[in-house]
Amino acid sequence: MSFTPGAELGRANQEVFAETLLTLAKADKNILVVTSDSRGSGKLMPYADAVPEQLIEVGIAEQNLVGVAAGLASTGKTVFAVSPASFLTARALEQIKNDVCYSDQPVKLIGISAGVSYGALGSTHHAIHDIAVLRAIHNITIIVPADNLETTEAVKSAAQISHPVYIRFGKRPVPHLHPSGTPFKVGKALRIRDGRDLAFIATGETVTPALKAAEEMEQSGYSCRVISMHTIKPLDTETVIRAAEECRAVMTVEEHHTSGGLGEACAAILMQANMSAPFQIVGIPDEYTMTGNQLEIFRHYGLTARGLARTAKALLKDS
Amino acid sequence: MTDQELYLKSIQYRIKLLKYIKMAGAGHTGGSLSCVDILNVLYNRILNVTPETFNHPERDRYIQSKGHSVEALYVVLADRGFFPEKELETFYGYGSDFTGHPTRKVQGIEHNTGGLGHGLAFSVGVALGGKLDRAAYRVFTLLGDGELAEGSNWESLMAAAHYHLDNLCVMIDRNTLQITGHTEDVCGLEPLAQKLEAFGGEVRMVDGHNITALAEVLGMLPFTQGKPSIVIAKTIKGKGVSFMENDPKWHHGVPDDEQYEQAQKELETRLAEIRP
Repeated sequence: MSFTPGAELGRANQEVFAETLLTLAKADKNILVVTSDSRGSGKLMPYADAVPEQLIEVGIAEQNLVGVAAGLASTGKTVFAVSPASFLTARALEQIKNDVCYSDQPVKLIGISAGVSYGALGSTHHAIHDIAVLRAIHNITIIVPADNLETTEAVKSAAQISHPVYIRFGKRPVPHLHPSGTPFKVGKALRIRDGRDLAFIATGETVTPALKAAEEMEQSGYSCRVISMHTIKPLDTETVIRAAEECRAVMTVEEHHTSGGLGEACAAILMQANMSAPFQIVGIPDEYTMTGNQLEIFRHYGLTARGLARTAKALLKDS
Repeated sequence: MTDQELYLKSIQYRIKLLKYIKMAGAGHTGGSLSCVDILNVLYNRILNVTPETFNHPERDRYIQSKGHSVEALYVVLADRGFFPEKELETFYGYGSDFTGHPTRKVQGIEHNTGGLGHGLAFSVGVALGGKLDRAAYRVFTLLGDGELAEGSNWESLMAAAHYHLDNLCVMIDRNTLQITGHTEDVCGLEPLAQKLEAFGGEVRMVDGHNITALAEVLGMLPFTQGKPSIVIAKTIKGKGVSFMENDPKWHHGVPDDEQYEQAQKELETRLAEIRP
């Protein structure tokens, strides 16, 4: 049976995360979830019902959440600290920096409802800074899964990694992008489609619009490569460089502020490798984010298939 | 070890920590002098941890939240054989593992601290882990009083009470001074004991320089089944050196040669007085 990336809608990555974790936790009593009144939004109610003794609730207290998670990890527990990405990575940033990363406690930080998932709830609830701040901290793996397969594999991988990991998820159901059985490796990007005119290097929930943009571009005679850069740190530099070598132009796409995210990480790699392919970063610009649901915000900032295709064509015309 | 021997150690520790601060030209002098008696009693009387058992899952854990008073911890750990004291000559130096705040690079140190308001949350996690594993170990953490302005501590106290962590002992070095001045002038903490009680802890006050009293109170843990134990140790910042006592300028003041000589003379005199 043939598989068409993006054709079939899957589930919300957040739900798949919770389900994967429950499977792991049933098999391993050492796995613990620590939450900050966030089991509902983390889709962890079934987990809480099934393995209540493997869930620690600390209330709305993210700093304590991360400190407690680090302490538990030091006793040999496999700890997943689950909280909205916005609060987890801003409110508790110093705990992440000192108690988790600097102290090398293998906590798995799970940022739920990341990016602009919370939509019209506004900027207080958006996490478009998380990748930038965590990239500047030593000793943490950053993973932004695009679809259900990447989510399942990222969670399983995180459980095995003996150092800090951050994974962020969104709330909305996402299409399947990879056939089942696709090998997933942290730090190794997945190519969904090949092409030579332009490479979309996208991450998380923007991989699907990038893929749709590539399909739209094809109708105009352009062949585009689409890469799911699920691991932001360590970044798959080889794939980034190859994209610039083999394609006429490179565009990065992310549900994140254009400062400090995937785009600037790729730009730094290409500049330092003396690569001068036409290059464009697409994300949320430096302004107060427009009110709207996630899709409306995507549309406003050109993160839809149409918006990305428009930007891509302009980039190719200029080059 | 007798109380008398511990009193001698307390003075020897002061002599040593001043020596290494002087050698490095840096350090947190006042706070190290105020908490060193607490560390003395902990490591020589209370904790079941030795260099040999440091990685044992059943060891008692000590987490120093007021990481800046690291010199006191270093000299006590060296005395307990966790590393050769000579290594402290590198304190603060280029490439040294002995940084100005504790790190796990140094044998005997459980957790990297230095940012304030972190040690208690970590300790709550360790104590929770102990409860989940039905382990017998206890968790001790030392906080500065100025540090209590960090709101994270109060989040952690709530969790400690909620989870009935009677394997946790929170010690507060109540020397009443922080870098700017008196704690009650900077941002008042009192009535501290009532606040801590209200957050669900069982509180005891103790003279933080009275070895016998410290050993007695820390020997009674937990104070109440099902509640975290909290010890407010009344201390004097700069304790043991007359001109450093109760003066916030010694928070991280380093003595000049003359001051250093006088300080060591005072401590040597005191040592001679109490030596049997």
